[in-house]
Amino acid sequence: MAQYETHEHDVIVIGAGGAGLRAAIEAAAGSVSVGLITKSLLGKAHTVMAEGGVAAALANVDERDNWRVHFADTMRGGQYLNNWRMAELHAKEAPDRVKELEAWGALFDRTSDGRILQRQFGGHRYPRLAHVGDRTGLEMIRTLQDHGIHQSIEVYMEHTVIRLLKDGGRIAGALAYERERGRFKLFRARAVVLATGGIGRAYKITSNSWEYTGDGHALAYDAGALLIDMEFVQFHPTGMVWPPSVRGILVTEGVRGEGGVLRNKHGKRFMFDDIPENYRAQTAASEEEGWRYTQGDRDARRPPELLTRDHVARCIMREVREGRGSPHGGVFLDIAWIRERLPNAAEHIKRKLPSMYHQFKQLGDIDITKEPMEVGPTTHYMMGGIRVDGDTQMSDVPGLFAAGECGAGLHGANRLGGNSLSDLLVFGKRAGEHAASYAKQARPAQADAGEIEQAIHDALAPFERGGAEGPYQVQQQLEETMQDLVGIVRREHEMVEALARIEDYKRRARQCSVCGHREYNNGWHTALDLSSLLTVAEAITRSALERKESRGAQFRDEYPAKDDRYGGFNVGVRKSAAGSMHIERLPLPPLRDDLKQIIEEMK
Amino acid sequence: MAQATFRIWRGEGDRAGFQDYTAETFEGMVVLDAIHQIQAEQANDLAVRWNCKAGKCGSCSAEINGRPRLMCMTRLNQLDLGEPVTVEPMRAFPHIRDLVADVSWNFRVKKQIRKFKPRPADAADGTWRMVQKDADRVQEFRKCIECYLCQDVCHVLREHRLHEEFIGPRFLIYAAALEMHPLDVENRVQDLRDRHGIGCCNITKCCTYVCPESITITDNGIIPLKERVVDRFFDPLSRLFRIFS
Ligand SMILES: Cc1cc2nc3c(=O)[nH]c(=O)nc-3n(C[C@H](O)[C@H](O)[C@H](O)COP(=O)(O)OP(=O)(O)OC[C@H]3O[C@@H](n4cnc5c(N)ncnc54)[C@H](O)[C@@H]3O)c2cc1C
Ligand code: SF4
Ligand code: SF4
Ligand code: FES
Repeated sequence: MAQYETHEHDVIVIGAGGAGLRAAIEAAAGSVSVGLITKSLLGKAHTVMAEGGVAAALANVDERDNWRVHFADTMRGGQYLNNWRMAELHAKEAPDRVKELEAWGALFDRTSDGRILQRQFGGHRYPRLAHVGDRTGLEMIRTLQDHGIHQSIEVYMEHTVIRLLKDGGRIAGALAYERERGRFKLFRARAVVLATGGIGRAYKITSNSWEYTGDGHALAYDAGALLIDMEFVQFHPTGMVWPPSVRGILVTEGVRGEGGVLRNKHGKRFMFDDIPENYRAQTAASEEEGWRYTQGDRDARRPPELLTRDHVARCIMREVREGRGSPHGGVFLDIAWIRERLPNAAEHIKRKLPSMYHQFKQLGDIDITKEPMEVGPTTHYMMGGIRVDGDTQMSDVPGLFAAGECGAGLHGANRLGGNSLSDLLVFGKRAGEHAASYAKQARPAQADAGEIEQAIHDALAPFERGGAEGPYQVQQQLEETMQDLVGIVRREHEMVEALARIEDYKRRARQCSVCGHREYNNGWHTALDLSSLLTVAEAITRSALERKESRGAQFRDEYPAKDDRYGGFNVGVRKSAAGSMHIERLPLPPLRDDLKQIIEEMK
Repeated sequence: MAQATFRIWRGEGDRAGFQDYTAETFEGMVVLDAIHQIQAEQANDLAVRWNCKAGKCGSCSAEINGRPRLMCMTRLNQLDLGEPVTVEPMRAFPHIRDLVADVSWNFRVKKQIRKFKPRPADAADGTWRMVQKDADRVQEFRKCIECYLCQDVCHVLREHRLHEEFIGPRFLIYAAALEMHPLDVENRVQDLRDRHGIGCCNITKCCTYVCPESITITDNGIIPLKERVVDRFFDPLSRLFRIFS
């Protein structure tokens, strides 16, 4: 008999980033007992890294903004594959969620009349991102954390969930291990909220932390939930490229929002050369107009550097591929040039972009107030994830909810910057609320003892095998495969090759062994995370193969254009009864008439 | 390719000690890169905490050549590679294994500090008005990434082990951020003296020197708080004023 401790809650929330914390706070407000489980320490989740801001149509800076414009911007960015109900609720509720943070102690930057200041960001028509310099995520997670610790929420830090447990069709809890001592814990619950974040560690060059191994995606998939939009991985156009140690670390879009420009090695602003048709009317015609836009001129249109991320990333790739890149395989991002326009430019940059200044100075020996940065695309965000109901955030599995980056629907084929932090708040709250009310009316659920036994046995297997290979090598090779074969520009034969390699990695993962014992053993943790990464990698690749067109974040070399035949469905991924991965096409539900009209008006 | 030696604290309890490893160095490398390389190639079970590798989450705190620092922000070119580079866990907290310390005490301490309590909203829509200048002062403290390096270096905790009496510099600036928050109306002054042990701090400023976020912990946070405590408890004039105002 395997040993484990049992904990009991009405609702457990897995993940303590913005989405998980917000869900836990809301569930606790519904007076049910709440357990919050996180793989790292409280306050360290990925949300802490967010820089640019949180999108909400507060209309503090431009009174023309409102939820309808935000809705239309989100749908346009997502190439209309979004769950329109989520896009609607998100646009309507984000302002209240941001104001609520202020009531909990968050201190956003201010307008001259003392309200929350908002900044420009790619794809948003008006200045919409509430922010705190370039450390908005830190402000948000700390506010939620400091508020959350005074609610009645039981927090389990450094606990990793490895299996969701079911009672017949519905959710019954989760099995986790404690990182510190390696002990197993059973969490019995009537409702479970997944808020585990993204999948960036499936790629070699990424802005994401070690936690982003797609655990929530894989847990839900194994529990029988449907994943959608897995082909849509966002590559952020500006990651650091040099020195090698920092490759992939994010350079916030805020740099471009404050007037930073992209140039190739000839000093040319290449983004002016390729402006997509559907954005032409909103894009500046000259460098002068672009500059005025970044300085808040309401009649000016945005510079092409602030076009959607997928587009900017591909333009950078093109410059590099055609030999016009910077010395280390990126392009130049220059904010220092604004000294030609602004007195005290150096001070201004340091005040608006303090962490960027610090990051380049400390890690790259570069003073961004004096010289340009070298940047290139980095794996950043997962649009795809667990399919949920737009109102309640419940997945196909009764009692299983999802919110934040591991959920899907709001962003469609491409996410706009700033729309994630607001997503966490709006849908974190909704998930918490609905999980609590579900738990209240649900009968107690019973997890199957045999299943728990089996899960523990599987988790300990790496200690028993005497295999020669450890988990790190397999993980590194997987990252390289995904980077090279299922990256920004995708080709059929390369992805077929990737699938073959993934099969081989799966076999090796089943054989890899770890040394030492169960106490804080990073090797063992990596071996267990690997199985999530492999599920996610396969889902991305199969979904990408299914969509034979280029749309949003997916670019297919053989099919470089958008194809209407692919505009009417989401690609879904489900585990078949036999255990293999099954791909299906899910027709989009028809758009409500009033929303259709908004989109038409804002075209 | 050049190599460097890393003298890493391994093991747990009495069965712990330094062990030497060599790692290949490359341009721009930070200490955390070396630890990862060693972990992947020589010591799969090496325990280390990290998340962001970008100086933003405050997970990778350690003592490098005896000095509290973030492993992900310490470049090798700042160190003398002619000697082995020592890497140890933070010593002010109980040890778990290898480079991982038990920092849970910090989470318990934070809960004891009275939470944020805003004044009633300024506008009918439930929002407040604040000027940037007032926000700025507090935003400095709110840059804190909770790495606890300041706690690690503070002699009150590290040498005198007064964890029961003193909340440490991290939580003094947390209290300062709340006290100086433009909207907050709670009073923590009495707690600071009676429960949080502000009197234990003798302004050595070691905390300020190690803070990776360059927060002026002592001058901007602790000293003004001490002044508030002094005003409240030892200044008869201002106390009289308080009674009659
Ligand atoms: C550098 C950077 C900058 C960004 N800037 C912005 C921005 O300016 N604006 C914006 O809107 N978005 C931004 N984003 C995106 C945004 O930060 C993320 O999408 C968002 O924070 C995800 O939040 P989350 O709550 O879904 O997950 P996270 O904050 O990542 O939290 C995930 C949680 O799940 C836990 N977890 C994971 N697996 C398990 C498991 N198996 N068991 C237990 N716990 C588990 C983790 O420990 C963690 O607590 C940025 C992202 C990056 C990388
Ligand atoms: S200044 Fe005070 S809090 Fe900071 S290290 Fe010295 S004694 Fe500790
Ligand atoms: S004040 Fe500075 S040193 Fe102390 S925990 Fe915060 S960031 Fe770390
Ligand atoms: S890993 Fe986040 S601060 Fe070093």
